[in-house]
Amino acid sequence: MDFRFDIVRDYLPLLLRGTVYTVCISLASIALGSILGLGVGLGKMSRYWFLRWPMHAYINFFRGTPLLVQIYMVHFGLIPLLYGKTDAIAAAVTALSLNAAAYTAEIYRAGIQSIDKGQTEAALSIGMTPWQAMRSVVLPQAVRRMIPAFGNEFIVLLKDSSLVALIAAPEIMYWSSAMKNQYIRVWEPYLTAALIYFILTYTLNKLLVLLERKVA
Amino acid sequence: MASAHRPIIQVTNVSKRFGKHEVLSDISLDVAPREVLVVIGPSGSGKSTLLRCLNLLEQPSGGEIVIDGKPLLAKETNIVAVRAELGMVFQQFNLFPHLKVLDNITLGPVRVRKWPAAKARDKALELLRKVGLEDKAGAYPASLSGGQAQRVAIARALAMEPKIMLFDEPTSALDPEMVGEVLAVMKRLAKEGMTMVVVTHEMGFAREVGDRVLFMEQGRIIEQGEPKALFERPQQERTRAFLSKVL
Ligand SMILES: Nc1ncnc2c1ncn2[C@@H]1O[C@H](COP(=O)(O)OP(=O)(O)OP(=O)(O)O)[C@@H](O)[C@H]1O
Ligand SMILES: [Mg+2]
Repeated sequence: MDFRFDIVRDYLPLLLRGTVYTVCISLASIALGSILGLGVGLGKMSRYWFLRWPMHAYINFFRGTPLLVQIYMVHFGLIPLLYGKTDAIAAAVTALSLNAAAYTAEIYRAGIQSIDKGQTEAALSIGMTPWQAMRSVVLPQAVRRMIPAFGNEFIVLLKDSSLVALIAAPEIMYWSSAMKNQYIRVWEPYLTAALIYFILTYTLNKLLVLLERKVA
Repeated sequence: MASAHRPIIQVTNVSKRFGKHEVLSDISLDVAPREVLVVIGPSGSGKSTLLRCLNLLEQPSGGEIVIDGKPLLAKETNIVAVRAELGMVFQQFNLFPHLKVLDNITLGPVRVRKWPAAKARDKALELLRKVGLEDKAGAYPASLSGGQAQRVAIARALAMEPKIMLFDEPTSALDPEMVGEVLAVMKRLAKEGMTMVVVTHEMGFAREVGDRVLFMEQGRIIEQGEPKALFERPQQERTRAFLSKVL
């Protein structure tokens, strides 16, 4: 088997551009997903059934159906419904965010529930509102414990973002598929893509270990 | 201490159930301003629940509680505002581990009372001096001994300038050699005229500092009176049985 480095070199600028897209789509999605996930997670823990039930259904839906199906529904359904026409990047970020929200919601819930009830009670006893107690006392402690799980979710999301190539979002997999179609070669495009993903996840992992050590 | 003042705490026919289990039955009691009420009783008798009902960490199932003229269970009463007037000290300290000692104390004044940071800081340092821990302002709670942590917790509650202080077995989680330093702070507080409700097993404290001792069993008030009288001449057989075990 000969490995044609020359076609990798040809495609490298496009692959690197795709890498920027992958990183940006993933960052935007984990950020939006985390914010949305906090709301979903808090809703699921609410005393009120009319908040609890929909959030429960939301989490079950997004965790119980394939991400690719969700991406198609957002790309061909939701985004055209909202804006009249679709857009691959917007659809990619939206679908990945909605999906990440379901997973981070569970991370928040587990993190928040791991904090001793005495912390909330102490906060309430000095006159804080339940929301202030959550924001100033419970969340700062919970978030530290959630870092490993969040990191894990981020890595999963980064890898899963490769699925948005299927709606033509110009990220890593999109360009490596293009490369495969142009040259009818298998190993060059896919091994190169795999290597780029690996470098990204490996770096992310290292950063997370550093972060964990810093806040511990 | 019999007082001509209107009671600052009025509890009338309060009951509390957890499911079918009735933990408080028909509790009525008054606490006068500046009074120190000590609550004693066997484990599970409902002492903590009673204390927690006073600042609505538990919602009573029935009855009425009036704190400083405000009916707690009335719909229009702002529970959060009432809680700010009641300091609470917990058996497990419940300091905020992610905040330094100073920030533990200033959190309430800054977030709830909206004091400027400098004012809250001065108040916190003054309170730390008062509990003998000014050198710990920059420390994290994890580095404190139990006795130090509990004194910080008392300072944190006092920073809100509460009208009433509630103590739920403040020394039960402490090593014996640290009990004294916490009780000393509480004694000072009592002497300064703070209204206090103290659940404790420290009978020496009850006798020395308490104006009144209240004995509970199975969710009911069995007997109450001046400490000396209650300890030396209990009227109820159940009080006698309990005291013979703890004295
Ligand atoms: N959140 C709760 N849910 C169900 N039962 C509870 C709850 N809190 C307390 N109880 C029950 O209520 C009863 C009284 O509890 P409480 O903590 O008030 O007793 P206590 O007098 O403070 O006891 P101790 O001296 O052990 O602290 C106990 O039987 C306890 O199991
Ligand atoms: Mg108790």
